[in-house]
Amino acid sequence: MKLPIYLDYSATTPVDPRVAEKMIPYLTEHFGNPASRSHAYGWEAEDAVERAREQVAALINADAKEIVWTSGATESNNLAIKGAANFYSGKGKHLITLKTEHKAVLDTMRELERQGFEVTYLDVREDGLLDMEVFKQTLRPDTILVSVMFVNNEIGVIQPIAEIGEICRERGIIFHVDSAQAAGKVEIDLQKLKVDLMSFSAHKIYGPKGIGALYVRRKPRVRLEAQMHGGGHERGMRSGTLPTHQIVGMGEAFRLAKEEMASENTRIRALRDRLLAGLTTMEAVYINGDMEHRVPHNLNLSFAYVEGESMIMAIKDIAVSSGSACTSASLEPSYVLRALGRPDELAHSSIRFTIGRFTTEEEVDYTIKLICSKVGKLRELSPLWEMFQEGIDLNTVQWAAH
Amino acid sequence: MAYSDKVLDHYENPRNVGSFGKDDGSTVGTGMVGAPACGDVMKLQIKVNAQTGLIEDAKFKTYGCGSAIASSSLVTEWVKGKTLDEALNIKNTQIAEELALPPVKIHCSILAEDAIKAAVDDYRKKNAS
Repeated sequence: MKLPIYLDYSATTPVDPRVAEKMIPYLTEHFGNPASRSHAYGWEAEDAVERAREQVAALINADAKEIVWTSGATESNNLAIKGAANFYSGKGKHLITLKTEHKAVLDTMRELERQGFEVTYLDVREDGLLDMEVFKQTLRPDTILVSVMFVNNEIGVIQPIAEIGEICRERGIIFHVDSAQAAGKVEIDLQKLKVDLMSFSAHKIYGPKGIGALYVRRKPRVRLEAQMHGGGHERGMRSGTLPTHQIVGMGEAFRLAKEEMASENTRIRALRDRLLAGLTTMEAVYINGDMEHRVPHNLNLSFAYVEGESMIMAIKDIAVSSGSACTSASLEPSYVLRALGRPDELAHSSIRFTIGRFTTEEEVDYTIKLICSKVGKLRELSPLWEMFQEGIDLNTVQWAAH
Repeated sequence: MAYSDKVLDHYENPRNVGSFGKDDGSTVGTGMVGAPACGDVMKLQIKVNAQTGLIEDAKFKTYGCGSAIASSSLVTEWVKGKTLDEALNIKNTQIAEELALPPVKIHCSILAEDAIKAAVDDYRKKNAS
């Protein structure tokens, strides 16, 4: 067993060796520019790019012509949100998103506010899911765009994309979905889902970093204002020479996901349930986010009375992430957990475990043992644990905030 | 975050962890500083010899990051054998320097200094009459 054990698959995944193998020839042998129309080097690269486009489209039941290559989900989110907001700004200036979205969406929205748009950031319920009634009440005649992520990166909950899509389509509102954490984990059928724009990333699904895609619906047609100008690549929506090897890698990663998703999800769910069962033998461990509408890969737990960063230090043998302030540059605890209405101390005590393709049962068992022992040790050190054991309600204590 | 060897040492082998018993009464001063919502709470206890006026023992418990744990562990070592006034002279800058805390962790040393003040205050209040 290799240490540290990698349980941070939502941060990034290793490139599947089968993917890497497909990519290599496009760095050395088939190095042509897919935009070169005048010789075989170019044709060969173009063929590879178009094959990959079909592979990506196949996983999400879309048409290959609806796929635009980008550098990753951040760029896809920027292109979708800024591109659509700018194009349709004549119709209205109101945009809607969730407080629990990824920063690539939230910061893009902030930028649009500076440009004169009005953005509503919706609260989510305690389980992390969007309340559809609240959503419906927020819609206005001048709402032009709604952006909601498919699967949350921190707590793994699956938002009601199909329902939101129906409402948006009825009212002629453009609907963008960030699916960086969803592809290969949940079924995505764009013939059924009324989604207009959808962002993807390769490196969350065993492909390489630095490549992503934006799905842009053709029927009914969605228009975007380009954010990157240049040679008019990708039908003018995103200029820049296509990185053939990255694209080949993303295509192969999506092809493998389509083939293996069903069996992989079953296996990963069993590992996740094993991890959960093992860790909840301890007292005062809380699950963050709904367990039913959630991808099987994610487990986000708060170990009450233990601070997240000290936990991370104690469990150096496993690679996980924490919602604690101390692990972030901003010294703020996770805004996602805060949006669930979790008390700050539970956000400080949270650990996100994300399981993936190469996680083994042995690794899960080692993790359970290590976490239980370290939580025990840190609780012995914790004055809050001592107070809890003495039956003191910590909410009644007057703390000197600093 | 890269930690200094001293922080790691105190974190892995914290000194003087624990609490004094309730029956130690007025010989013990307790300082509890910080807040759970901010991600750190330190409890520092000093046991004072009424005859000599010296702090003869100290214990701590800390909820917080590695630097917070190390700062409070270090302080329990430093206050032992000191008078109350000497203990009050321990400055956060000395703690931060000893542990080579990065700027973002200076607040941990400030909290430790506050904990000493709170513990001494508590002892003095109990023994004021």
